[in-house]
Amino acid sequence: MSATSTDTAIRTGQITRVFLYLVLVLFALFYLLPFGIMVLNSLKPLSEIRGGNMMSIPEVWTIEPWLSAWSTAQIGVQPTGLKPYFWNSIKMVVPAVAISTVFGALNGYVLTKWRFRGDTILFGLMLFSCFIPFQIVLIPMARVLGLAGLAGTTSGLVLVHIVYGLGFTTLYFRNYYQAFPTELVRAAQMDGAGFFRIFWRIMLPSSGPIIVVSVIWQFTNIWNDFLFGASFADFDSLPMTVALNNLVSSSTGVKEYNVHFAGAILAALPTLLVYIVAGRYFVRGLMAGSVKG
Amino acid sequence: MHQVYARGDFKTRLQSILPKLVLSPSLAVIFLFVYGFIIFTLYLSFTDSRILPSYGWVGFENYDKLFRLRHWSTAVSNLAIFASFYIVICTAIGLGLAIFLDQKIRGEGLLRPIYLYPMALSFIVTGTAWKWFLDPGIGLENTMHLWGWTSFSFDWIKNRDYAIYTVVIAAVWQTSGFVMAMFLAGLRGIDNEILKAAQMDGASNFNLYRRIIIPQLRPAFLSAFVILSHLAIKSYDLIIALTGGGPGRATEVPATFMYSYTFTRNQMGIGASSAVIMLMTIAAIMIPYLYAELREKK
Repeated sequence: MSATSTDTAIRTGQITRVFLYLVLVLFALFYLLPFGIMVLNSLKPLSEIRGGNMMSIPEVWTIEPWLSAWSTAQIGVQPTGLKPYFWNSIKMVVPAVAISTVFGALNGYVLTKWRFRGDTILFGLMLFSCFIPFQIVLIPMARVLGLAGLAGTTSGLVLVHIVYGLGFTTLYFRNYYQAFPTELVRAAQMDGAGFFRIFWRIMLPSSGPIIVVSVIWQFTNIWNDFLFGASFADFDSLPMTVALNNLVSSSTGVKEYNVHFAGAILAALPTLLVYIVAGRYFVRGLMAGSVKG
Repeated sequence: MHQVYARGDFKTRLQSILPKLVLSPSLAVIFLFVYGFIIFTLYLSFTDSRILPSYGWVGFENYDKLFRLRHWSTAVSNLAIFASFYIVICTAIGLGLAIFLDQKIRGEGLLRPIYLYPMALSFIVTGTAWKWFLDPGIGLENTMHLWGWTSFSFDWIKNRDYAIYTVVIAAVWQTSGFVMAMFLAGLRGIDNEILKAAQMDGASNFNLYRRIIIPQLRPAFLSAFVILSHLAIKSYDLIIALTGGGPGRATEVPATFMYSYTFTRNQMGIGASSAVIMLMTIAAIMIPYLYAELREKK
């Protein structure tokens, strides 16, 4: 991956190597197959799917299923396609990712450079919140969103995702800033720089890699969330994942598999794109942030 | 003069409480929305709440009912089967692929993202893909028949006894690449000098792995276990998209149980108690782990 990765000292013979490559390629097929076949079949007319072989190349190529999934497919009771839900998801993801990352950065800064008694316990409590099964908060959350007038709104979902993302963003920034030389901060303090000035001028300029990690992590998690969307959203705020599930599992009418597949790929596209464009930085940043032993 | 001094004093005092001030909104939300809510749900689990929260105290009645429900014991045993297969298979595949990839493989840069990309997908997408891939009518079984292997049969997803294993397959597909990345990072951190010394002494590759390399991967094993077990207990979307808990109740797990009892069967008290049991299970794994991690770093 980078110059620092050390090659293993293990040596392997010819026959072993053939075996290694065989296994590795077989697993690559295993990972590619279900999604690849889905892509292939989203480009076939429905008759070809039901009559034919899923592994075969389309005889007639068509983008009709994609157009239908995007703008005319029946979702719930309305034939709107996935388009409105795609925008719902965007409107939810962008503010939630931005806000939780900003707070994560500030929290990480405080917890490493302005330590105080009991900060580790507080951090532990924040960290534990990442791992709770969300079923434990569903009932009171529904109540609170209702009382606050946020039930069924995008703002409500943004709030939910910020709250349950804070633990992770704080974790990333804390681990990253821990390796940052505290002497620099103290020196700046001597020169009279205040809390925010140090953050802005010293910490932030070197936070690029961990910001990437935090944004990718939050983006993927929030975009892919299903439970909160299914519990707290209604038509105006329903995210893509829930709409996709409604599309795929609707029991009325003919099952338009090709449309389902196109819809599933549309739902996967943003996170896949993020992954393809920035996945490398994610792994690299993650390792820079948690170098242990 | 006196005033200037006081203003300076105010500024330094502000500077000294500023860090805590900045941290406080996050702490406030966490305490309210996480710990406050946990306490609220815990309280509800001791009440006679049905369709809406209600505050009549019933003691342990909900837990008593919960543990006598066939539906719940099915969900728990399904989770036990799912979690153990999922964790073991993911770890085995992850470790195996990491070791193989670590042999100066040409094309590693191409293979790694192929192994990892399912992690970027939503469980709903994974469920949709596999639901259809495993469907005997149009998926794998049909393809094998069309290719001439007419005796081939793979109907697990429709079979009450085997449906839970299809959840294992789809979940392993989604996360084993991520586990591979964790092990690969661990392997790349191992000191080659020790390996070279052992090679001089004539140790075989198998022994190098068994005696030197794998023991050094202990932290990676631990993180993999913690991450996989908490993912398993939280699994909800995948089951909804893949099997919907069926056929019958064959793939019902505590997460789907909680949702249906609370929101569709109007048995909120029982739903709350099942959520508490889920939380306690995760806490039993996470708290010792987090405690050890945070202590170590001091």
